[in-house]
Amino acid sequence: MSRTMTGARMVVEALRDQGVDTVFGYPGGAVLPIYDEIFQQNDIQHILVRHEQGAVHMAEGYARSTGKPGVVLVTSGPGATNAVTGLTDALMDSIPIVVLSGQVPTFMVGTDAFQEADTVGITRPCTKHNWLVKETDELAATIHRAFHIATSGRPGPVLIDIPKDVQFAEGAYVGAEEVDNTRYQPTTKGDTDMIARLVELIERAERPILYTGGGIINSGPEASKRLVELADATGFPVTSTLMGLGSYPASGRAWLGMLGMHGLYEANMAMHGCDLMIALGARFDDRITGRIADFSPHSIKAHVDIDPSSINKVIRVELPIVGDVGEVLKEVLALWKSRGSRTNADAVGDWWGQIRRWQARDCLAYRPSASTIKPQYAMERLEALTRDRDRYVTTEVGQHQMWAAQFLHFDEPNRWMTSGGLGTMGYGLPASVGVQVAHPEALVINVAGDASWLMNMQEMGTAVQFRAPVKQFILNNERLGMVRQWQQLLHGERYSQSWSESLPDFVKLAEAFGCAGRQVSDPAELDDAIREMMDYDGPFILDVLVEKHENCLPMIPSGKPHNEMLLGDMEAAEDIGSAIQSDGAVLV
Amino acid sequence: MSALKLAQGASSHSAYDLRDPNAQIEERHILAVLVDNESGVLARVIGLFSGRGYNIDSLTVAETDHAGHRSRITIVTRGTPSVIEQIKAQLGRIVPVHQVNDLTVEGPFVERELGLFKVCGTGDKRVEALRIADIYRAKVVDSTLESFVFEITGAPEKLEAFADMMRPLGLCDLARTGVAALARGAAAPK
Repeated sequence: MSRTMTGARMVVEALRDQGVDTVFGYPGGAVLPIYDEIFQQNDIQHILVRHEQGAVHMAEGYARSTGKPGVVLVTSGPGATNAVTGLTDALMDSIPIVVLSGQVPTFMVGTDAFQEADTVGITRPCTKHNWLVKETDELAATIHRAFHIATSGRPGPVLIDIPKDVQFAEGAYVGAEEVDNTRYQPTTKGDTDMIARLVELIERAERPILYTGGGIINSGPEASKRLVELADATGFPVTSTLMGLGSYPASGRAWLGMLGMHGLYEANMAMHGCDLMIALGARFDDRITGRIADFSPHSIKAHVDIDPSSINKVIRVELPIVGDVGEVLKEVLALWKSRGSRTNADAVGDWWGQIRRWQARDCLAYRPSASTIKPQYAMERLEALTRDRDRYVTTEVGQHQMWAAQFLHFDEPNRWMTSGGLGTMGYGLPASVGVQVAHPEALVINVAGDASWLMNMQEMGTAVQFRAPVKQFILNNERLGMVRQWQQLLHGERYSQSWSESLPDFVKLAEAFGCAGRQVSDPAELDDAIREMMDYDGPFILDVLVEKHENCLPMIPSGKPHNEMLLGDMEAAEDIGSAIQSDGAVLV
Repeated sequence: MSALKLAQGASSHSAYDLRDPNAQIEERHILAVLVDNESGVLARVIGLFSGRGYNIDSLTVAETDHAGHRSRITIVTRGTPSVIEQIKAQLGRIVPVHQVNDLTVEGPFVERELGLFKVCGTGDKRVEALRIADIYRAKVVDSTLESFVFEITGAPEKLEAFADMMRPLGLCDLARTGVAALARGAAAPK
């Protein structure tokens, strides 16, 4: 029973069929027919952004906090090119996004028409897959296929480019269930033989560690539950990448905190010293590994990943398991129980003793101040005052992001949204709006830096228009803090272009956008300011003036291995300018 | 050192289990990539190679199954074992890619390339060119009073050797198709 309709109507029909309730977008000439259809229905709400980059980050926030794909609608040419940063961000962090872009009519493609760009060409390397739809009859099936590809296997962004004449023409609509998706079915079930070998290793390991990543969150809440089950059953310590925070509860007994360049000393030392590393949905990013040659030199490594290309890409592993991490964990647990497995409890107990000694180093310690707000203190207070709430946190990129990852604690997946792989400044504000749209009653906080926040600040207009009461918590050091820190470490304290001249008055800016703001510089007033921010009925900008030259520590200087971290109290003792040597200087 | 040991030995999971994964020696591999013959698929494959800094020695593409809209891309590439492994995994990730076969490691195979060589000249050199072409079993597919176009098929080394022979005899232009290759025996992709 095929139904005939215009391409534009098909778009709305297909989105409805896919269970889409929200679209983030911006109209323009090449998508007017679709906007006309959106006007004539009420099932799908459209969030009008202020810039297409914001639309994609909102969709990312929406997707990351719900587990559902985010949907974006943009026009041709600049509409599509503005989406490129967001697409690349989503590709790096494996976020399922479906972008629909308008295109000039098929008969004008290739003529350098007004607002024409080779959108599929431009977005080919920054999408998981993309399509130019030339026939209206193909449109519905393509949209359904796009959702399937975006959400299955390793998730990622997809783009469908729809010429305007295809939107106007009539064609046959096909429903989601009529589309054959058998062609793209990535392996989700891990190899039984490999899983058995992993269980044997778990039984014998003396110094194990579970190294978890964003893949656990992408796999769904079940994967997080199974991770907790595995950690409980084995008593193995758990660390996580930036992207995986929340997959194991920060209040859990086995939690070591984040690892990596600005990860915790104990987590990195445990990675370095372990004899069994079980990587679960993590990809050995360079922020994690430090110097490859000295990465965890004495361990056997198992790597569970749904993407075969992630395995052996950077670090060679002895036990590769291709599959969905949730599925594999289920198999591991089943085998663990059926074998009546036990760990080498004595050895693991000794290992924990060693870890406790590393933890006693208290690597996040900082020098408190009664006169200036230390950024770490701001994070501690934010954590203390918000952690009992139904809270979601997004961040921008830089020092504040690392401090947030160190000091905020997440007990559930999908509560922490940050730009990991691409490191996109300007991600956090729009992402917070996307999260808030998906969770209208929740407390949504964007932990930001002053420089990052300005990159997409126009989206405050979106927040105000759609009554998304997002809280913008800006750690304002009037610097590009992380750039400044690297210039101190690497470039003889020559702070080239890394301070923020002519910053706006954030409080007046909030008022100008039609919401409220407050500036706070006295540590004694910080709690009150945070409470005011939370209690305000609407978007709020809290401009927290913090210590300007605080360094984000601990840190693995680039080119150094995990066991050569720069710690907070070493900063004064050591010449910090010599922390990075020439072989590390070339790294980012 | 670790007290943990993993049972060593061959497994069916990777042909590289028997090789030194850390070898830094570059190897030449012939990859057969079966793809949906859809718009942009070649750009995806080539973009992967340029974007990730892999080498392409040669590349041939043509539709091999009209009804099924399948094309076969044969890529000759070069890299260390770990790079080759990564190339195959990355190719496998491309949505319209059905299958990636590494002919170099999967068993015996045949590779052939076709070349057209234009040799210009008159007199003794012309006669000599014709004589050598005969030795190489090259066919004359075009001739004028001062030129021949030879067609020759074989492994790339044979075409190289032929070009070396023809150069002093007036080789003035040539075109090569790049390598097409198939596994020997009855094995065929699903």
